[in-house]
Amino acid sequence: MVAKIVETNATPFERVDVDPITLDIVENALRNARNEMDAVLFRTAMSPGIREQHDAFPLIANNEGKMVVGQFGSFLHGFINGYEGTIEDGDIFITNDPYSCNGAVSHLNDWLMMMPIFQEGRLVSWAAMFGHMTDVGGKVPGSLPTDAKMIYEEGMIVPPTKIFRRGALQEEILNLLLANTRMPEWNKSDFLAIIAALRLAERRVRENIGRFGIDTYISAMWDMLDRNKQAMGAIIRMIIPEGPQKSYFEDWIDDDGMGNGPYKIACTLHREGDVAHFDFTGCDPQSDSSINFLLNEDMFKMFFGAFTINLFDPHILFNDGFYDLVKVYIPEGCILKPKKPAALSCRTHLLGRIFDLMGGLLGQGAPDALNAAGFSDSPHFMYSGFNAEGEWYQLFQIGFGGVPGRPVGDGPDGHSMWPAFTNVPNEFLEAYFPLRIREYATIPDSGGAGKHRGGNGITIAYELMEQGQISLHDDRWLTYPWGVNGGEPGMRSTKRLVRTDGSEENLPSKCDRVQVNPGDMLYFNTWGGGGWGDPLERDPELVLLDLRRGLVSVDGARRYGVIIVNGAVDAAATQALRAEMATARGETALFDRGFADLDELKARCKAETGFAPPVAPVFRGARALAAE
Amino acid sequence: MTKQQVAKGKGLRLGVDVGGTFTDLLLLDEARGRAFTAKVPSTPSDSSKGVLNGIERICQSAGISPEQISQVMHGTTVATNTVLTTSGARVGLVTTKGYRDTLQIARSYVPGGLGGWVIWNKTPPLAPLEDTIEAEERVGAKGEVVVALNEAQIRAALEGLLASGIEALTIALFNSYANDAHERRIAEIAQEIAPHIPVSTSASVMPEMYEYERTETTVVNSYVRPVVSSYVANLQNELHARMGKDVLLQILRSDGGLSSAQAAMEHPVNLLMSGPAGGVAGALWIAKQAGFKNLLTFDMGGTSTDVALIEGGTPRTRRETRVGDVTVRAPSIDVRTVGAGGGSIAYVPELTKALRVGPQSAGADPGPAAYAKGGEAPTVTDANVVLGYLPADARLGGDMEISRDLAIKAVTAVAEPLGKTAEEAAEGIVAIVNENMCGALRLVSVEQGFDPRDFALIGFGGAGPLHVNALARLINAWPAIVPPGPGVLCAYGDATTRLRNEATQTYVTALSEITDAEAGKMLDGLREAAAADLTKEGVTAEELDVFYQVDIRYRGQGMKLTIDITPEEFAADGLAGVARRFDAEHEQLFTFALDAPHELVGLRTVVQGAEKSFINTEAEAGGTDASGAIVQPTQLYADGKWSDAQIYDRGKLRPENRIPGPAIVTEMDSTTLILPGHVGVIDAVGNILIWPEDHPKSHPKAQ
Repeated sequence: MVAKIVETNATPFERVDVDPITLDIVENALRNARNEMDAVLFRTAMSPGIREQHDAFPLIANNEGKMVVGQFGSFLHGFINGYEGTIEDGDIFITNDPYSCNGAVSHLNDWLMMMPIFQEGRLVSWAAMFGHMTDVGGKVPGSLPTDAKMIYEEGMIVPPTKIFRRGALQEEILNLLLANTRMPEWNKSDFLAIIAALRLAERRVRENIGRFGIDTYISAMWDMLDRNKQAMGAIIRMIIPEGPQKSYFEDWIDDDGMGNGPYKIACTLHREGDVAHFDFTGCDPQSDSSINFLLNEDMFKMFFGAFTINLFDPHILFNDGFYDLVKVYIPEGCILKPKKPAALSCRTHLLGRIFDLMGGLLGQGAPDALNAAGFSDSPHFMYSGFNAEGEWYQLFQIGFGGVPGRPVGDGPDGHSMWPAFTNVPNEFLEAYFPLRIREYATIPDSGGAGKHRGGNGITIAYELMEQGQISLHDDRWLTYPWGVNGGEPGMRSTKRLVRTDGSEENLPSKCDRVQVNPGDMLYFNTWGGGGWGDPLERDPELVLLDLRRGLVSVDGARRYGVIIVNGAVDAAATQALRAEMATARGETALFDRGFADLDELKARCKAETGFAPPVAPVFRGARALAAE
Repeated sequence: MTKQQVAKGKGLRLGVDVGGTFTDLLLLDEARGRAFTAKVPSTPSDSSKGVLNGIERICQSAGISPEQISQVMHGTTVATNTVLTTSGARVGLVTTKGYRDTLQIARSYVPGGLGGWVIWNKTPPLAPLEDTIEAEERVGAKGEVVVALNEAQIRAALEGLLASGIEALTIALFNSYANDAHERRIAEIAQEIAPHIPVSTSASVMPEMYEYERTETTVVNSYVRPVVSSYVANLQNELHARMGKDVLLQILRSDGGLSSAQAAMEHPVNLLMSGPAGGVAGALWIAKQAGFKNLLTFDMGGTSTDVALIEGGTPRTRRETRVGDVTVRAPSIDVRTVGAGGGSIAYVPELTKALRVGPQSAGADPGPAAYAKGGEAPTVTDANVVLGYLPADARLGGDMEISRDLAIKAVTAVAEPLGKTAEEAAEGIVAIVNENMCGALRLVSVEQGFDPRDFALIGFGGAGPLHVNALARLINAWPAIVPPGPGVLCAYGDATTRLRNEATQTYVTALSEITDAEAGKMLDGLREAAAADLTKEGVTAEELDVFYQVDIRYRGQGMKLTIDITPEEFAADGLAGVARRFDAEHEQLFTFALDAPHELVGLRTVVQGAEKSFINTEAEAGGTDASGAIVQPTQLYADGKWSDAQIYDRGKLRPENRIPGPAIVTEMDSTTLILPGHVGVIDAVGNILIWPEDHPKSHPKAQ
């Protein structure tokens, strides 16, 4: 069933020639509009996740729902094809259901709002935006239960629904949504902020039509899509060799929070003519916990495009135009395409790991452009409870780690690999939550050694000032962020809880509802980025500078074959050590994962991490078949 | 002459603006109603030299001796350039234990879209990590001391740091916005150990929440401080030697107010936008004379363009200043800068065949191709030459030759891949650069909830008068104003600005938790603190103009809005009145208001000295006929075709003259373009007001 679009004006649009300069002007105007949408949202939203960390994404699409400006690609096509009802002037749709929009949003926390823009009785554009709500109900505060077995445990499911009907807010529906969250005030403000951003896009679109005329506007949008296709076509031909030879890469997430793992994701890539083919056959089947990631094929195309376009011309307007040039196959029932009602809330680890997978895959065709593995995750820290006054507090915070060593240079320490994300100021946390942040620092030596060093991870020492519960969602505690071109892997993540009585325990990477008491200290240590290039080729003076900056230790300098004595490089000893290390290690490999195979890695798991190794997942029935 | 007399405007006032290429001066002789301007080359190695040359020049042409000048007001880019050229001091930093990486981690933000991290290299912090030490101490969010300061530990660490070769010290402790006792104590210890090293403490520079922003702001203060202090001190000495000990030197701040020389030396972070603020202040002065209250300003130079918005005679300010990669929390006029100017280079990327302009610039060297100094890349200036807007036989700034052949050659290089003629491509280049600037104008107007159609647009700077007509047409802001001497407008601003100071206190609390009396008492205390500096400068209590600012938001929001309110309004309406004003502004900016509780974030008092009086520069009216000012006929290309046009000499235009477009008006340092279908009208004080021909207000009688 396809939605019925109600237009009172049946005049078809005419595709006209748009002067290239007019086209550039429309392009700039739409870019500005998108940036304005962000600005409005970030200023007015209330949840720290959107307000401080910017976990929200806007787009403007053409009349057929193809994204012309934005970041994650359009999901409108799927929505329009799947929605059973009318689309009218003044309607705004809301959904958070991954299964009814083919993964356009990938867990229930993301509220997606879609607004058709009409002008004189005709549908002329779409604006849409989704943002991560701090809480959407479900079994745990934050609505991200690692141990959920079905999506129903993760909060209230909202299928595509008119939240505005011909301009009128459906207050009863909104009240229903707000009644099912632990943080109604934040959600309401974030909701209104997203609506304000969409309204702004609507005004801008109408202004542009007023300025250029409707046919020119519509045609310019198609031209922008075509222009992107042309540019991406050139890039695809450049970086993916044509022919029958296929490149293959695989990576893992370490566990599912229930003792099973690692789970493999794998992809094969080749090019036929102008078209790149990504085949995810070889991924493990879906998990029983909530780590599954419903990956929309179009969204993967967008990841691929965004990732590569930065290497060539970051000014290219990024949009849906090139979709025909990429084919993506993801088998049904695998961990990247789970079947309903599989739980999805903790998909963040796989969402991040997809970028490592893609980097490793593409880098084989273009080793000069290959980056190491970085902070491919958005680990969560959640803390909630009732304070001494009996008021509910609830924090959802995203952590940051090491950007990998790259061809262009060292990876920044403790930075974000997601666009627009920022950390939450610690003074803000202390002012509004029962927390004292005792330390917020980079972890020396956590970045992988390389000619270009991997960025260091961050340690955050949280002093918890109230009774409550904490939840942690993280990964790379077992497998390493790999190094490339001779670079070494980065350091793993760890979590340690120190009680007021002095007892200590390592907390697993993924855990929910850990009881804490006033004075308990949590050390949340994120992982570093992998190194790029041969560490023995790094200028010893740079290693010394890193040491003086506290980013590398004296022992850590030895990974570069650099001997530092009394604050200076011992040149002779360095030369000797480097020669010795070079001989001992032989040829460097394209990838250094830090282990030979999973069995070898698991054998040393207990000794290195304090935890028993996860059990290889067992797949039964249809899933076992899918695994083959 | 006493300071009080000076502040009241006895003696001559001198405005001085130091730009990258030229130093502009304006001498105001209020008693005799005279104004003089001068333009001398800047001396980048020591800009005070250029200033002194200029003073000599202007005194000569005015026939006065320097001792007659009682007040020098100065806009400077010294602080800005120190940041842009990374030529500041080596800064040592003291943080709270556990926070030495505050600048290294920053806000974890990586610019660019998805995958932007692939190509982004972070610039190292202005206070290097190797020069950062930690103090054993801790203050909580409510200002309570959690860990007492370990003086022995920090003294030992400081002894090492202060002897390591650092040239300035920043102390930025965690939660110091709530209690800065430890910061102040460490500063004392540092001064005992090394009295010659200037110390900046974060709570004195920016007493606001957010550790990274406060630390960065204070480090930038330290970073530019030695350079700015020695520059200001040196200039002050030279002025004293020439003009006598009583001469008052004041520096224009980023927020458009004037600061004493002493305050400028201590808190130079407030000067980062001093240069552009001068332009806005100048525009304001011109606009007041011409009777315009709502104004968009458009200052287009060689490499960048600054835009700002003036509403009801007051420029919009914001609590953040951005220079290059550096963002600091210091109040500034909300000037947005785009990297587009006359020198911006046009190119056609291989992949998309799109026409792009900037951000690369040909700069002053080699400059646009038309300048024949070896530049080959097509620039915006070259496009203007190709289109006939900058006539090849006109002279720029006195003695610069323009080659139309070289401009055509350069522009053809981008015209060919587009399948266009040189004229078509040139018009495209100009259209795209105008669109970029239009984006910046939108940021200060539409995005803030203002409709540009309610504003006039004033264009100045070297290239502003060439583009202002087209830009006004794009955003529908009329008239487009070209002031007299558009190249020296900043100096006008410097000479006509009021003294200004402010005091701020972060105070985060639910609005319901604080009474009007409590808030009033705090605002009063801030008023005293802010007024003290101005009193020192000779401003009397009667002259003092005071208003309050309250930072407020809905509880849970991260941003805050600043609500201006006069002491009288506050006395009448109280905090409830502030909340009402906030709701209204929130609705205007963001289309909705909430029924959520309000939260107070901070209080501020702004004090200003007396407003400067104007010089009457009205000239005798000369009727509508401007033909007496015609220099020669020319041709120019606009809207896709060549048309006949006239070149006018600005010096010969008289009030009431009407210049039908297409036309070009030349003067010493600038060229104005009037497009076909538009008309330029000279107003009583010499501005060119450009209107669409059929605009009802294009006839002065109709105004």
